[in-house]
Amino acid sequence: MKQELICIACPMGCHLEVDIDDNYFVTGNQCKRGEIYGKKELTNPTRLITSTVKIKNGINNRIPVKSSGEVPKDKIFLVMKELERIELYSPVKMNEVVIENVCGLGVNIITTRSM
Amino acid sequence: MKNYDVVIIGGGSAGLAAALEVNKNGVKNILVIERDQELGGILLQCIHNGFGLKVFKEELTGPEYAERFVNMLKEEGIEFKLNSMVTKINKDKTVEYANSDEGFIQIQAKAIIITTGCYERNAGAISIPGNRPSGVLTAGTAQKYLNIDGYLVGKKVFILGSGDIGLIMARRMTLEGAEVIGVAEILPFSGGLQRNIVQCLEDYNIPLYLSHTVTEIIGKDKIEGIKVQKVDNFVPVPNTEMEFEVDALLLSVGLIPENGISEAAGIELHPRTKGPIVNESYQTNIEGVFACGNALHVHDLVDFVTTESRKAGEKAAKYVKGEYKDNVERINLVAKNGISYIVPQMVSSENVDKTIELFMRVTDVYKNVEFVIKQDGKELKRIKKKHLAPAEMEKVILTKSQIEGANKEITIEVEAL
Repeated sequence: MKQELICIACPMGCHLEVDIDDNYFVTGNQCKRGEIYGKKELTNPTRLITSTVKIKNGINNRIPVKSSGEVPKDKIFLVMKELERIELYSPVKMNEVVIENVCGLGVNIITTRSM
Repeated sequence: MKNYDVVIIGGGSAGLAAALEVNKNGVKNILVIERDQELGGILLQCIHNGFGLKVFKEELTGPEYAERFVNMLKEEGIEFKLNSMVTKINKDKTVEYANSDEGFIQIQAKAIIITTGCYERNAGAISIPGNRPSGVLTAGTAQKYLNIDGYLVGKKVFILGSGDIGLIMARRMTLEGAEVIGVAEILPFSGGLQRNIVQCLEDYNIPLYLSHTVTEIIGKDKIEGIKVQKVDNFVPVPNTEMEFEVDALLLSVGLIPENGISEAAGIELHPRTKGPIVNESYQTNIEGVFACGNALHVHDLVDFVTTESRKAGEKAAKYVKGEYKDNVERINLVAKNGISYIVPQMVSSENVDKTIELFMRVTDVYKNVEFVIKQDGKELKRIKKKHLAPAEMEKVILTKSQIEGANKEITIEVEAL
């Protein structure tokens, strides 16, 4: 069986075709990332999380953060719950670790700007 | 009056890249004027990832992309002013700006680069019938409230328009606990990138109603609900009304280049791009005044803004150094059947080193077609395209000799295979 997908690895949005019977063979991709995405999306879909956490004494009330790697799609809301409890205090540097090994998923939550 | 070689109006992605490139080309007396409290522009509120794949060869969030450029600017010691609003630019390249420290200031530039970005079309621009209660906001405004200030503007949200900011906000508000009831798009296809339909709507089971629009806003002081209706060629179809209870309606119905000060200075704008008409060097009809980024035409990727702005910066530096040729013959680059616009609109081979990149958008969704490029009506080359959509900017590269081969114009059109 062949499954059509739109690659979300980058904004190019390649139209992929994944052959499930042929060990998830991917066609239509323009780079290696598309091949990885096509296979993973149909076996273990993951996403990067980007959000914000509270910050005191900064130029704004919120500071943006992201997960240092992708997390399984069904764990996204679990991570969001963890982020609610965080409150940072300015100054903070870009890419500083805010939560280590968030929800035991093997990735960190890091800031995406300094403030 | 203080003198600068190059004054750059706007410290967002375009302004930062242009300033760095002017500096790199040996012109050091630069000033960047930014109206916000910090440099970075709209990237600062675009906290999602997807930026930098072309420029940095890695995937970054908006704030990370901005901070890298801001750091480079500071390392180079390029002068910038914050909380400063440019009120006027003049043909003699004087620039007027105001801020609370200096008051009203006039400066003299040799060259100006307009990098003022774009603004969102709002409720007034799309004339939805019904009341004007609170709770109707542009998607970008809701994004700023949420990502910068920490306020969620609604708990039951509907989004009109399927532009990228609207799609990104559908996911963002869902993650923060709001219920996003749906997205309506008046056209039969989405105005956003395909990847955003997948990762922002489909991931969260948010319905996308194509060929639908909001036909009524219910509520007097605060929005209480909306009516959504199917449309046939922009006309609402009777008996297709759906009513939704909402406490916020976000509008993601297009971006328009911000050119108030350009127009006042007598810069000619293009009817389709709504940005200045520029030549191969990104110079407007006023000599020494350049434009790039979303002020020139709306881009879908910041990486393209950076690439374009670097070129504009290089050309502005050349202009200051006297290496730019203005009084040369130019041919027109004309958008024909299926192409909505081409930027730049004219080109002289004299100012092109080896190749020139042309950016364009198509007017409709196409599958398996060709771009046909002609010199004065004579076919030059064909480029196969598997998939084209108005939401996705296309690029065509021409060589110097291909430009030299045309006397009057080069046209581009879409033809079915």
